[in-house]
Amino acid sequence: MNWLRHFPSTAYLVIALSFIYLPVVVLVLFSFQDGALPVFPFTGPSLQWYEKMFGNERLVESLLNSIVVAVLSSLVTTVLGFLAAYGMARRTPRFAGGIRFLLMAPLTVSYLIIGMGLLITFNLIGIPKSLFAVGLGHVIINLPLCFAVIYSQFGDHLRNIEWAARDLGANDTQTLLRVIAPIMKPSLLASFCLSVTLSWDEFIIAFLLSRFDVTLPVIIFEMLRAGLTPEVNAAGTMVFAISMLTIGVGVIFMFVVAREKK
Amino acid sequence: MTESIVQLDHVSKTYGPVTAVDDVSLNIAPGEFVVLLGPSGSGKTTILSMIGGFTIPSSGTVTINGEDMTDTPPVTRPTVTVFQDYALFPHMTVSENVEFGLKMRKLAKGIRQQRTEQSLEIVGLAGFGDRGIHQLSGGQRQRVALARALAVEPAVLLLDEPLGALDLKIRHQMQDELVHLQKNLGVTFVHVTHDQEEAMAIADNIALINEGKIEDYGPPDRIYLRPATLFTARFMGESNIFEGTVKSSREGTVTVGTRIGDIAVSGEGSTGDRVYVSLRPEQICPVTESAEEMIDIGEVRIGEVIFQGTHRLCRVVNTADQTEKPIVFRLPAEQQPRTGDVMRLHAKSSHAVLLKK
Repeated sequence: MNWLRHFPSTAYLVIALSFIYLPVVVLVLFSFQDGALPVFPFTGPSLQWYEKMFGNERLVESLLNSIVVAVLSSLVTTVLGFLAAYGMARRTPRFAGGIRFLLMAPLTVSYLIIGMGLLITFNLIGIPKSLFAVGLGHVIINLPLCFAVIYSQFGDHLRNIEWAARDLGANDTQTLLRVIAPIMKPSLLASFCLSVTLSWDEFIIAFLLSRFDVTLPVIIFEMLRAGLTPEVNAAGTMVFAISMLTIGVGVIFMFVVAREKK
Repeated sequence: MTESIVQLDHVSKTYGPVTAVDDVSLNIAPGEFVVLLGPSGSGKTTILSMIGGFTIPSSGTVTINGEDMTDTPPVTRPTVTVFQDYALFPHMTVSENVEFGLKMRKLAKGIRQQRTEQSLEIVGLAGFGDRGIHQLSGGQRQRVALARALAVEPAVLLLDEPLGALDLKIRHQMQDELVHLQKNLGVTFVHVTHDQEEAMAIADNIALINEGKIEDYGPPDRIYLRPATLFTARFMGESNIFEGTVKSSREGTVTVGTRIGDIAVSGEGSTGDRVYVSLRPEQICPVTESAEEMIDIGEVRIGEVIFQGTHRLCRVVNTADQTEKPIVFRLPAEQQPRTGDVMRLHAKSSHAVLLKK
């Protein structure tokens, strides 16, 4: 009779999880469709749409663009986030609370607003629509999160370690590069992975700020406008898979952080 | 007076309205083992931090090796600090930790390796060089921190409660080793602790700090047996304090009227002064024949008896004033007093210490 008592809650869990994951499952499933339309019944599995996708030069090019933008913008974001977090945690500047608020505030602004603002500003100062502009946009939207992730790991134990390094003769740069950054490595990598995932499938800013060279989400959007084909499903599946992979790596580093703190 | 290696001259540190260190002057001779002892929040760590260069005094000067170093950053001072949490670099091996200061000083590789090995040997960690910090016990980490500090050959080693996190047995062992190390190397040690037993075990001189001031300064035995102030008497182990009024005074002896009767004790005071007389528990014993001048404490009834291995600590039943702390005294371990026993106690007059507030 035990299962009966647990039945309502179990059923609720199954329904809730289905609601969240069913669309993804359907997307992935129909990328293996053996036919022209991603609709029931499922006739696969077949890899023909993946073959077609990797034969699509424009799509492959955008895929590489996406990777370059994600990796480079995340590198910049992580370095900036690290320096900001270090400054806030160690130097406690005046108006520290205000500065922290300003650093975190972009989190609450919609990507559309940030994208429009960037579009107007870049226009004004003469930065053309390009992947470079997209990368800058991604630095701006990802900086708050990277800062928060790294800042949360600056504990008091680091203060004495930093003092010890200075006491033993290290200057600012040496302290930062030889002592602080290596100790912070797990959270730096975690923040880098987080930033890569967010940049990788970001659409609005990429759409607004790019023209000839575009990123993968923009291409997928264009394909969707032309109509549903299993090729779109294949592209979507790839975006999803790479996101999951990056998050997985990030989570592993987070666990390393947690374990080392014990 | 011998030349001081560290000299604090009317040093104060204020944080807003809070005074952490209040007009402290202190001279430390080369090769001395000085302990800054005090309760938490007394300002002892701030004083250490001002010697190390991590805190800049609000007023006064810090002179090290004859040079004014009041505003000098830690790196240019001939001091190295061993932190309470050791502050080891967790991403480096034991030898990399020890070598760090030498690397920053841009010494040649050969010299670096030689000195690293030497330092590890001094602290008893020869052969541990390749281990990671996470693989070490608390006591071993403490030794690595010491080796790292000693490797750069400081003139003054500053220790900020370095034994606080260790368990009792290792703490005692490390105390012995610290003293041994300090005497062998001849380096000046300034050590901060709140543990008065630790201070007595290791110090050449104790500076007792209270509320940002030096309450008492001197060798451990003098501080313990002849405390200069009421705070010192209370802080340095258990003490019986008898509050009273000076009744008469002549030729360096005052007679103080207290709850146990009149006590004659050497010291100065004028009639009517509120004063305190302190007696350690081990200085009070049951009445026996004695040639010396004794203070008669009178008959007491035994309350609690606590066996402490080397002796039994007895707390007497309070008869007169409930607000006073009951008298405590020691009996030899082989005596077996029982609760309710009545005995007559006395103490040598020469042991009593006259204290003013």
